[in-house]
Amino acid sequence: MSHNWLFQNGRIIDPDNGVDRQGDLLIVDGRVAPAGEAGPDSVRTIDVQGCWIVPGLIDMHVHLREPGQEYKEDIITGTRAAAAGGFTAVACMPNTRPVNDCASVTATILERARQGFARVYPVGAISRGSRGESLAGYGELKDAGAVAVSDDGLPVHDSQLMRRALEYASDHRLAVISHSEESALARNGVMNEGIVSTRLGLKGIPTAAESIMVYRDIALAEYTGKPVHIAHVSSAMSVDLIRSAKARGVNVTAETAPHYFTLTDEAVQDYNTSAKMNPPLRTEADRRAIHAALADGTLDAVATDHAPHSMLEKEVEFDLAANGIIGLETSLSLTLALVREGVIDAGRLVELLSVNPARILGVAGGSLASGEPADVTVINPELEFDYREESVVSKSKNSPFFGWPMRGRAVLSMVGGRITFDLLGRV
Amino acid sequence: MSSGYHFSQKHILGIRDLSPEDIDFILQTADSFKEISSRAIKKVPTLRGNTIVNVFYEPSTRTRLSFEIAAKRMSADTFNIAASASSVTKGETLIDTARNIAAMKPDIIIIRHSHSGAAQMLTRYIDASVINAGDGTHEHPSQGLLDMMTVREHKGRLDGLKVAIIGDILHSRVAHSDILGFTRMGSSVHVYGPATLLPQGLEELGAVVCSSLEEAVRDADVIITLRIQLERQNDPLFPSLREYAQKYGVNREVVKLAQPDAIVMHPGPINRGVELMPDVADGPQSVILDQVTNGVAVRMALLYLVMGNS
Repeated sequence: MSHNWLFQNGRIIDPDNGVDRQGDLLIVDGRVAPAGEAGPDSVRTIDVQGCWIVPGLIDMHVHLREPGQEYKEDIITGTRAAAAGGFTAVACMPNTRPVNDCASVTATILERARQGFARVYPVGAISRGSRGESLAGYGELKDAGAVAVSDDGLPVHDSQLMRRALEYASDHRLAVISHSEESALARNGVMNEGIVSTRLGLKGIPTAAESIMVYRDIALAEYTGKPVHIAHVSSAMSVDLIRSAKARGVNVTAETAPHYFTLTDEAVQDYNTSAKMNPPLRTEADRRAIHAALADGTLDAVATDHAPHSMLEKEVEFDLAANGIIGLETSLSLTLALVREGVIDAGRLVELLSVNPARILGVAGGSLASGEPADVTVINPELEFDYREESVVSKSKNSPFFGWPMRGRAVLSMVGGRITFDLLGRV
Repeated sequence: MSSGYHFSQKHILGIRDLSPEDIDFILQTADSFKEISSRAIKKVPTLRGNTIVNVFYEPSTRTRLSFEIAAKRMSADTFNIAASASSVTKGETLIDTARNIAAMKPDIIIIRHSHSGAAQMLTRYIDASVINAGDGTHEHPSQGLLDMMTVREHKGRLDGLKVAIIGDILHSRVAHSDILGFTRMGSSVHVYGPATLLPQGLEELGAVVCSSLEEAVRDADVIITLRIQLERQNDPLFPSLREYAQKYGVNREVVKLAQPDAIVMHPGPINRGVELMPDVADGPQSVILDQVTNGVAVRMALLYLVMGNS
C-alpha cells in the first residue's frame, strides 16, 4: 500500500508546534512532509473537509488481556478497537497472566502487536508478580521494549518499595504509573461511599482511600526528586493535592478517565455492573473538579483504563462483579463533549489525548512536525453515531454508554502512514 | 382510598418503590387478612393453584416461616430452597438458579440473599413476581411494612409520630426500609448509633441523625432497636459488646425518656442484654410479638396483591 498521502482541506491542530490552521498535510514514505512541499506522483489525496487533523491519539492506560485472558480481549481486537476510537498507540498494563514483569512477556506482547492496528507500548510491573514485595527487573523490561512500570489494579502498599521503584525506574528512564489506593479503607468496597451507596446498601469506598495514597506518592516524588504519574484520578481531593504539588514544582503528572468526567455514582442505580470500576464513579462535585483540573493543567492526560470483561464477570451480583469498563471506542467522543461544553478547547483535547501521553511515556508521537512518523487521527467533530452493543469492536461489551448521544468521532486512523481505520471509504 | 387507585406493583423489591398510597393500601389489606389467622380453620382459597417458591440464600427462621405460613393460609403451594441444600454449593450462578426455577413456572419467587440488589437482578431474568425477603444491607420491605402495621395498630396513625431507630443503621436493611417507609407516611424518624455504624446520607433519606441516645428517644412514640450482628465483630466498629450494651443498649431508663405510652420494637432475633435489655423486651411496652403476628398478615397481603388481586 502507498504510504504517500495528502490530507486536504482539514483543520490541522498540532499544539506541540503551535499550529491550528486550515490546510493540507502531506505524508511521504510514512512520515510527515514539510509544509508546502509537493508530493510525489504516487500520492493519494483524501479530502477531509470539516474534519480535524491531529497527531495520533495515545491511550496511555489500557488492558489488552493478552497473554492469559484472551476470552476478554486480545492484542488484535484491542488494537482494532483502539484504531476505531482514533488511537494510534496504546500503553498496555501488566496485569496479564502471567504478569508482565520480565523481558519474555514484554517481548511476547510486542511480537503479537506487530499484527495489530496500533502501536503497543508495554507497561511492565513495578514489583515481581505485582505482589508488592520486590522490584521487577526494570533493566530487562526496558531492553525488551517496556516504556513504564505499574502494578495497576493493585496499589503498592509498601512505601519503601514505592520509593525504590521511583528511584530505580528513573535510572532506566521508565515512567512509574501509580494505582493510588489505600486498601484498608477500600476493603470490600464496591462503589463510592455516599448517599447512593447508602441507598443501594452497597459497601462504599471513601475518596480518602485514593487521596491518602496520592499524597503518599507525591511525598515520595517530592522527597526523591523523581517523577511519578498518578493513574485514573477520580476525586476532587486528589485533584487538589496534585494541583498544589505541581505548584511546588513536584514532578508529578496525572490522568483521569472519561467516565470520571462524564458520570457520577448515580450511574450505579439499579445495580448496573457496567458502572462498577475502581476507583469508583464519584459525585457531581468530584466530576466538576475533574473538569476544572483538565482545563487548568492539573490533569495531564485522558486515558481510558479500557478494561474488558466478559458477561461471566459482569452478569452477576453487583458485589461480585469485576471492576472496569471498556473505553477505547468512546473516549474521544466523550472528550469532544467537553470541548462543546466549553470546558476545554480543541488544542487542549489534543494535548490530553496525544501530546502529554507521549511525553509522560517518553515515546514518539504527539506532534505533526516535519519528519515525524505519520501517526495521524482525522476527527469529524460533528458526526453523530449510535453506540450500541452490536457495533462494539472490542471483544467485550461492558460499557455504561450504550444508547448515549455520541457526537464526534475519529473517521480515520493512520499509523506510520498505514491506514488502520477508515470511515471515509478509502480502504 | 381515592377512587381510581390500583395497586400496580408486580414485584416488592423495596419500600423505595412504594408510594404512600401503595403502603396504605397494603396495610389496609393486611388489616383485613389478620382476622384469618385467628379463625379455627386458618385458610382461605384465594391463592389456590398458585405456586410460590421461597429461595433463601441466607439462614432465616422467622421470615421464611412467616412467608410460608402466609402462603399456606392463602392455599398456595409453597416450596422452600435453602442455599446450602441447592445447586449453589455446586457453583451455579444466581441467574442460572433463578432461570431454572422460573422454567418450572412459579407465580411468585420470594428471595433472601446476602448481596444487595439480588432481588432486583432476578426481575431482569424471570417473569414471576419477585418479593425481596431481605437483600444484603439494602432493604427488607415486608419487615418495614409489618413495622408500620404494628405502629398503626397501636397508635392509630403514622402521621406526626416520632420514631426512634437505635443501633447498627449501616448494616441494617430493616432500618433502611423503616426510614423510607415511616418518613413517607409522615412520621419523623430519628436515628442514633455509634458513628461507625451510621452510613453517609441518612439525612437525604429523610432521617434526623441524633448526637445522643437521649436526643433520639426523648418523647418518642416508637423505639425501634436493631440487631447487632455478632459476626461483624472482626471489623473494628466498636470495642466490645459490653461497651455497646452500656452506651447504646436500650434499657428501662432510656425508655422512660420516651412518651409514657411509647412502644418498643425489634425485628429479631434479639441479642438480649446487648441492644435491648430483657426487662424491656419482655416489658409492657414491648410489641415485638405483635410484629411477628402482623408479619404473617402483611405477607398474605403482599402475596395477594402482587398476584394482581386488588
